[in-house]
Amino acid sequence: MTALAALIRRDVSVALRVGGGALIGVLFFLTVVVLMPFAVGPDLALLKKLGPAILWLGALLASLLTLDRLFTADHDDGSLDLIVMSRTPLELACAAKALAHWLAAGLPLVVATPVLGLLLNLDGVATGAVALTLLAGTPALTFTGMIGAALAVVLRRGGLLLSVLVLPLSIPVLIFGVAASNAALSGPSPFGTPFSILCALSLMSLVIGPFAAAASLRHGLD
Amino acid sequence: MKLSGRGLRCVRGGREVFSGLDVMAESGHAVAITGPNGAGKTSLLRLLAGLLAMAGGSISLEGGDPELTLPEQAHYLGHRDALKPALSVSENLSFWREFLGSASRSSPADAAQALATVGLDHVGHLPAAYLSAGQRRRLSIARLLAVKRPVWLLDEPTSALDVSGQSAFAAVMTEHLKGGGIILAATHTPLGIAVRELRIGGTA
Repeated sequence: MTALAALIRRDVSVALRVGGGALIGVLFFLTVVVLMPFAVGPDLALLKKLGPAILWLGALLASLLTLDRLFTADHDDGSLDLIVMSRTPLELACAAKALAHWLAAGLPLVVATPVLGLLLNLDGVATGAVALTLLAGTPALTFTGMIGAALAVVLRRGGLLLSVLVLPLSIPVLIFGVAASNAALSGPSPFGTPFSILCALSLMSLVIGPFAAAASLRHGLD
Repeated sequence: MKLSGRGLRCVRGGREVFSGLDVMAESGHAVAITGPNGAGKTSLLRLLAGLLAMAGGSISLEGGDPELTLPEQAHYLGHRDALKPALSVSENLSFWREFLGSASRSSPADAAQALATVGLDHVGHLPAAYLSAGQRRRLSIARLLAVKRPVWLLDEPTSALDVSGQSAFAAVMTEHLKGGGIILAATHTPLGIAVRELRIGGTA
């Protein structure tokens, strides 16, 4: 346990210090959401209708933006070799890295949501619902994205490849995240059903992500 | 303790690097792996460290901890230093000490002592980004001291080290061998300790 705690501590503090990627995601999220009202125009009703979708899109793209450094940074400086050689199972190490990434880059998105909700004319209940769905859904984005991040190391291609690989996996999360938010906001359908599916997607990715990432890292050792 | 590899074959990028290679090392002995550039010295070390898939042959470690695999009992010191520039020198070292799993058996004093041995105790608070190449190498060597593992796989361990650093590292290796450790080092320069030479690759 000390090994995993040490890994999480290290990754979080690297992300939060100068040159770390934690703030980049939030800044990107902020930029997308701030620009949106200018693009849509002064139609408050439309803005309110689009609000949850805009917040979810922004959060999805922001979390993709920072994901590609998840393993490549460790691969470039040789840390990944030592992580593979440690006595900690690689699956657990991958899960710890993803958790640290979520704490440093995913959680700030959730925290920023209430502030950004104001810009989109969302009331308290609606922003609360969107923040709740993001809290439940961003772990799924991180843990499925981790599979793409591991493949990016193995295939030696970062950036764009990662987005192409990960986007199809994150579409269900987006659909149910926005559906749950809309249900809370206006819809006749209940909030519980899409929200439960969203939670299920997160739990599933918590299990599949680390195994798939570890398998691809092991297979692609070089 | 005896480390032996028989009939090792390594293929990288569709090209055979070496095949039918035998390597053997016993407790208290050091093996220097020499050969021309591209002969496969690094590949051999990474093969032993479990970081490359074997295309053939077998590797065994007799007399080690039966619960652990060879990579889990080995230190690998590669070209890349595995340091995070944003973290301080002592944070980098204490992370590896905790992560590689001897934190329960050693005290924080061990990390401080390891830093003192490699002559970095005065820069412990400095971010690793400000270290020179030689100092980075010294910090990597401190990792070998802070976490006890019997097998050391060293890839060009003395590169970037100054003369005093090289002699200090020779003393460190002598101490490790005295304690029954095994050292395999790929090198072009003399290590300053008694070694058995394993030459791989032809006269390319």
